[in-house]
Amino acid sequence: MRSQSTNHLINYILHLADDSLILGHRNSEWCGHGPVLEQDIAITNISLDLIGQGRNFYQYAAKLTNESTPDPSFAATEDTLAYLRDIRQFKNCLLVEQPNGDWAQTILRQFLFSAYQFYLYQQLQNSNDETLAAIAEKSLKEVTYHLRWSSEWVIRLGDGTSESHQRMLNAIDELWVYTGELLIAASYELRAMSTQQGVDLTILKPKWEEKVKDIFVEATLPWPGERFQQIGGKEGKHSEHLGYILAELQYMQRAYPGCEW
Amino acid sequence: MSVQDLEKIFQGKIDDEIKIEPKDWMPEKYRQSLIRQVSQHAHSEIVGMLPEGNWITRAPSLKRKAILLAKVQDEAGHGLYLYSATETLGVTREQTINDLHSGKAKYSSIFNYPTLTWADIGAIGWLVDGAAILNQVMLTRTSFGPYARAMVRICKEESFHQRQGFEILLVLSTGSKEQKEMCQDAINRWWWPSLMMFGPHDSESTHFDQSMKWKIKRKSNDELRQNFVDMIAEQVKVLRMTLPDPELKWKEKTGHYDFGEINWEEFWNVVKGNGPCNRQRLEARRKAWQDGQWVREAAGAYSEKRKVRSQAA
Repeated sequence: MRSQSTNHLINYILHLADDSLILGHRNSEWCGHGPVLEQDIAITNISLDLIGQGRNFYQYAAKLTNESTPDPSFAATEDTLAYLRDIRQFKNCLLVEQPNGDWAQTILRQFLFSAYQFYLYQQLQNSNDETLAAIAEKSLKEVTYHLRWSSEWVIRLGDGTSESHQRMLNAIDELWVYTGELLIAASYELRAMSTQQGVDLTILKPKWEEKVKDIFVEATLPWPGERFQQIGGKEGKHSEHLGYILAELQYMQRAYPGCEW
Repeated sequence: MSVQDLEKIFQGKIDDEIKIEPKDWMPEKYRQSLIRQVSQHAHSEIVGMLPEGNWITRAPSLKRKAILLAKVQDEAGHGLYLYSATETLGVTREQTINDLHSGKAKYSSIFNYPTLTWADIGAIGWLVDGAAILNQVMLTRTSFGPYARAMVRICKEESFHQRQGFEILLVLSTGSKEQKEMCQDAINRWWWPSLMMFGPHDSESTHFDQSMKWKIKRKSNDELRQNFVDMIAEQVKVLRMTLPDPELKWKEKTGHYDFGEINWEEFWNVVKGNGPCNRQRLEARRKAWQDGQWVREAAGAYSEKRKVRSQAA
């Protein structure tokens, strides 16, 4: 029987994994369709980093799952976790599953998420779980670049032409409603925080706000302030978009179960 | 110095295996021929991202997804080197890209075929990249310096691409009944289009003699195609699959495989725009470029503003 605390930890890790995988998946939809070749390469790079982080987390979650429920007939792997769970079991936040929209929307989504992930990993490096701390340390190097790249683009588009400015305003309108959830802890996050395996989101909140404010000022974009927030993704209550992401992502494993690839 | 003298010096360098560099004098036809060929090569890399990109979101495992994503990203990188090589010949990237979008410039016809199953990703790596490598290895010795150097970098990555393609098929070939069928089906569909990648017979090739004299090309289409058949006919045995050519046969006397005649009607049809995906491929490239217009303008406007600000400061 798996203990309650292991369950919480696995859920916490799956949440971290799902965030990375789903955003990586969304970004990968740009590959071959970017606005300019150099940026096509950059967004693909970010996508690769995120999928890589997702894999590290899934592998760790699979290990813990197998240790706590030694069922030889079904061993969890990174692929069973990514490809054989259904929508209600996915624990990513709503922000990362939102459609790419135009380049402004993709950039803003990346920036809002990278700013969160940057401070998250910075804290997670201090986790008393060595594996989580190690993944965080490795990933932080990547996220530092994601944050710089997306910040530069927010500024460029916000302070570029009147069209790009307007498109950034539209993107803020579209995405701001999903930012609150990033910093509201789900039950497994509270538990992980209390055992010092996870991160205290209340510490992150002012840092995230300060970073986003600074970049918005430089980008001549208004601070959206308090607005109604949609939440639920981290508890498995997603937008309708995620179902279609999973339909594509999981297609092969569902159509040809039990195969090696 | 007269043009005749310049031409003599130019051909002398070529004969002595000295690379032609962008600032060197070169016959206008040599320049035009290279612009055509290098830009066509660049476009092929970029359009080639589309059929494989078609499977990125559906790759069957996280490992395969990561490898495929990295591979398609490599193609974008190759496109970049090659657009840069084209720029050394005096045409901008924008002009070159406009020629693709207007239909004036061509790209490799192979990318006008659809990727229907996951096995197609394996077949592209193995057959399409395999065919491309033979051509590109030859081009590492091409007479124009920037093109030859770009090819050296590209070849290193392409051999990894071919291996990953073969490995995808190898796993399928030892898998379930459906996987084996998928594998054979992909080989059946990609084999002939891969042979077409080497272009028309030497006797039909318009630029052949001049390209050989200028050492832009170092081997003929038919020679390269034969090398490819000899290589693949052996590798397919490892997969325990077959190539869809009843005339394929080892000839002791020549030391080569004999093979059947390509369907040239199909070849010319696809070249002329009637392949299964010609419209979609070009449309996808045009759309990406048009949708990106405001982004490129914003980037330009912002960098202009920064310049002004730093001058004022």
